[in-house]
Amino acid sequence: MTRPSTVPDTRHGDPATDPPTSGPGTVRQRGRQPRPGRGGVLAIFLTPALVLFLLLVVAPILVASYASLYKWNGFGLPENFIGLDNYTRAFQDPTFRGDLWRGFVLVLLSLVVQLPAALALAMLLNQPLRGRAAYRLIFFAPYVLSEVTTAVLFDLVFSPNRGLGDAIATWLSADAGTVFADPDTVLYAVFLVVSWKYFGLYMMLFLAARQGIPKELSEAAVTDGATAWQAFRHVTLPLLGPTIRISVFLSVIGTIQLFDMVWVLTRGGPIHSSETMAVTMYEYGFRRFEVGYASAISIIMFLLSLVFALFYQRIVLRRDTAGAITNQGGQR
Amino acid sequence: MTGTVNRAQRTRGLVLHLVCVLVGALIVVPVWFGVLGGFKDNGQLSTNPLGWPDPWMPSNYTDILASEVFWRQLGNSLLVAVSSTFLVVAAAAMAAFVFARYAFRGREFLVTLFAIGLMFPFAVAILPLFVLLRGLGLLDNPLGVILPQAAFGLPITIIILRQFFRTIPAEIEEAAVLDGCGSFGFFWRVLLPMARPALATVSVLAVVTSWNNFMLPLVVFTDQSWWTLPVGVQAFQGQYTAETARVLAYVVLSMVPALGFYAVAERQLIGGLTGSVKG
Repeated sequence: MTRPSTVPDTRHGDPATDPPTSGPGTVRQRGRQPRPGRGGVLAIFLTPALVLFLLLVVAPILVASYASLYKWNGFGLPENFIGLDNYTRAFQDPTFRGDLWRGFVLVLLSLVVQLPAALALAMLLNQPLRGRAAYRLIFFAPYVLSEVTTAVLFDLVFSPNRGLGDAIATWLSADAGTVFADPDTVLYAVFLVVSWKYFGLYMMLFLAARQGIPKELSEAAVTDGATAWQAFRHVTLPLLGPTIRISVFLSVIGTIQLFDMVWVLTRGGPIHSSETMAVTMYEYGFRRFEVGYASAISIIMFLLSLVFALFYQRIVLRRDTAGAITNQGGQR
Repeated sequence: MTGTVNRAQRTRGLVLHLVCVLVGALIVVPVWFGVLGGFKDNGQLSTNPLGWPDPWMPSNYTDILASEVFWRQLGNSLLVAVSSTFLVVAAAAMAAFVFARYAFRGREFLVTLFAIGLMFPFAVAILPLFVLLRGLGLLDNPLGVILPQAAFGLPITIIILRQFFRTIPAEIEEAAVLDGCGSFGFFWRVLLPMARPALATVSVLAVVTSWNNFMLPLVVFTDQSWWTLPVGVQAFQGQYTAETARVLAYVVLSMVPALGFYAVAERQLIGGLTGSVKG
């Protein structure tokens, strides 16, 4: 597993497809043969990563931005240049505008419900509590399940007439069997499933950060007469700032890309009421073969992520270079 | 006085436990419903969704375990996960080595480029990636999933490894050079063995990411015999819409490897996630 023995052929350049058999070559370098110079070392070590990254990550983004200027069905070369029409179309498309709105709602819900709940649980698990290791293990477990598995499970849990949701609904004399079929509730239902899977991640991040804060700080506050809440509010919370801001960031980026869960649970329905940008893009790109238009949506998703990230880094995360206490403490 | 303090503490502890148990129930009950549901038939599921199966019907599980389809999907997931992990860790370790220990023109630019790559999700690149893979003839070929996964895993892997490589003191490299080690020798015989914990961490992250990936295998594999577990689970659900119990059994079985892996590699996984955020 940890055998990056390939010394790839820098000229032919697709190290990824070459079988990693040149281990002996590495050994030979050590012998009497002349060693490659500094430039050679750099080239050899950087080539595999750069080739993979440029070919399979950067190039597709460039191709997408090019294709987004054409009306193109994905076959042959794009020829029908239409300028920014795909973009203006997207911003006039009620579905896509709805995607933006739903994305905003999901982020907001995450900020108001998911992250505070995760933070509260992290603080709780930071207390001396018997069995807290087991609780931690359970709370984080959903994170390792795939979004697909989670979605299928919850689809069945809430399936009408034979689900757990039905049983609970009967018990509450409500109608839970249709949460994913009702345009008014579906987005919230999706949000709950997303939170079920991901709150453990945020809890873990907060917990690690909390444990990186020296105990003496909040103890000193309490000694000075602060209540537990005051100590949390004015000592712990500010020191958790960097982690909270990163969590907000992860949550926004994650929402922009949300696909698997929605696709499996609802296909974006009913009547687009749980559709996300990624689902719309998939619909147009892989179902209706409007690759040009779908590429424009990809590029908008990318730009949203990038602009948000740059803005966030500049305005919000910048302060965190000063947050040395939490960083050092948290490293180990 | 101490009595009341103790009692207050005990109540507090009780409340905390209660909250934990409630949250734990929210997580465990749906999964438990799935596990038990797999032992029922549809009739039992509608009349008795919560209770113990009566009678127990293991046929849902045994049918799936006896079918070749499930094992094939498991094998495909494994093949794809192990190969992408090997590839991404190998390529990233080499790049991270150079980024951590050499100063050269354009280094910061490259590091930033990879860091921006953290924000390229599959969803953004999937269309052109699909067109590209089709052009290269890599559809219905495991490399069509392995190579892009490795490429998309590079940013996080490089960032974590670079951070770790930087902590290894320069004196060790100097000593290695005195002993006749070249750059390759130092990398291969000194740095990598020292970096074993970091390598384990990034490998675990890469395995989990690959194991859970859905969108890419969904579009790359039209041939069922290449399907990975997530694609298989989703297709199984579509195929047996009416047979909830059977689908529950399939979902539960597909969770087992992931949860087993979590039990073994929990420490690396959490260390990697919390560590990468700090980087």
